[in-house]
Amino acid sequence: MENDNRLKLSRREMIIGTTAAISAIAATKLTSIEAGESNKIALADVSFVVNGKKQHLALDTRTTLLDALREHLKLNGTKKGCDHGQCGACTVMVNGRRINSCLSLALQHEDDNIVTIEGLGSPDKLHAMQAAFIKHDAYQCGYCTPGQICSAVAVINEINSGIPSHVSTNLNQSPILNNDEIGERMSGNICRCGAYSNIVEAITEVASKAVKKAR
Amino acid sequence: MKSFTYQRVTTALDAAKAADKTPGSKFIAGGTNLLDLMKLQIEKPAHLIDISKTGLNKIELNTDGGLRIGAMVNNTDLASHNVVRRDYGLLARALLSGASGQLRNKATTSGNLLQRTRCPYFYDTNQLCNKRVPGSGCAAIAGFSRQLAIIGSSDHCIATHPSDMAVAMRALDATVETVNVRGEHRKIPIADLYLLPGSTPHLENTLQPGEIITSVLLPPPIGGKQIYQKIRDRASYAFATISVGAIIYPDGSGKLALGGVAAKPWRIEQAEALLPKGSKLVTERLLAGARPTGENQYKIMLVERTIESVIQQAKR
Repeated sequence: MENDNRLKLSRREMIIGTTAAISAIAATKLTSIEAGESNKIALADVSFVVNGKKQHLALDTRTTLLDALREHLKLNGTKKGCDHGQCGACTVMVNGRRINSCLSLALQHEDDNIVTIEGLGSPDKLHAMQAAFIKHDAYQCGYCTPGQICSAVAVINEINSGIPSHVSTNLNQSPILNNDEIGERMSGNICRCGAYSNIVEAITEVASKAVKKAR
Repeated sequence: MKSFTYQRVTTALDAAKAADKTPGSKFIAGGTNLLDLMKLQIEKPAHLIDISKTGLNKIELNTDGGLRIGAMVNNTDLASHNVVRRDYGLLARALLSGASGQLRNKATTSGNLLQRTRCPYFYDTNQLCNKRVPGSGCAAIAGFSRQLAIIGSSDHCIATHPSDMAVAMRALDATVETVNVRGEHRKIPIADLYLLPGSTPHLENTLQPGEIITSVLLPPPIGGKQIYQKIRDRASYAFATISVGAIIYPDGSGKLALGGVAAKPWRIEQAEALLPKGSKLVTERLLAGARPTGENQYKIMLVERTIESVIQQAKR
């Protein structure tokens, strides 16, 4: 049927189309407000590597790393949840360490090496943690999942490099891998669907192998 | 967020000079607190001076046997440093009890010390707050105050200092090193870093405009059983309702500081002399002159019981 063609838009295309329409309205308003307050927009350049690819951007100084990734580089895998460092949906890895990309200015990442969920694996070649999340049904709506997976990958690195946690009983021994440790270390990632028990199972499976490999 | 101009500097002295030259500027390090406040337009700097790449990210053994911790050392690196874990367990424990893994990777040592209160009335720009808008009033005192200060507060402000790390630093007698625009260095004992609110709660510390923290000094290791006990509404990733950071020796003597009760880490050295006599007497002296609200009066008993718990843990 002819009408069906209209339904062939993907969910993302639909959202992009709708958001663009709303942005167009908002942008008009914003220009007039800024003109009224004579609020100048300051621009600055930054260069960093994202998922192995060098990027050069000229940005409004206010742009967070999260917005640079999503809005400028169109890497939509990293999600904006609270935008205040409370939910962990925006977790990415910078120079091997996980951070909240919403609480970091893009300009502060000159020469940094950034890895997002898109850099961990692809649909054809999943990262072990992505595969484990699917196997253990470690999500429902999936919105927090990229942040959970980036965080989980970093947690294994942290345990392997001996970084202690609040629940480690002995600060001077290598941290062990158990549910308490995983729960504590993942507390910066909120899942409002409550998939926590399956998330812990997925991480445990990958971590057990990773720790074995290291030994 | 209000628009701002941005510059990177490579030394602390350059940062101090840049701040002196540009009115309305602020230093940004990890940014985990400042950016949050800028998004809410509680902080509105016209210019940001990025000090994150000033090379102040080293932890070094000091000639006196203590540690010199660079101001830009992040909370994860500080908590996992071998010497900190071995000799300053209280500091490692306090750091690990705070924030989340992501935030600890980004938050710096000096930023942690200088973070702003999490009083909900400070954060809500629709509410009156003398810290945010001097002279506007305090909605917290008659409001939801169960998390707020019980001592050292005033009729103008009952906000608490949120840092766990600062409580450990206070009990360990840390000293802050600074530099100013003229290149002059200053050492400030952490006991003298913070101001109580009085009638000027917007003034939070004794740093001069443009003066910048370069490092934190820890005295040589003092041994003892080092314990940080934090009471909070959930088991992880929450600010303290109250916390006790303590160093306890086999004879029952020791040092301790409290978090979550005042606008600074709360320590009264005379109260520590009473440690061998038990938690009740220590708490009476430590919290003498407390002025809790109806909602946070419970903190006094909670402090006593947490100190008792710490004393008992030290005996094990």
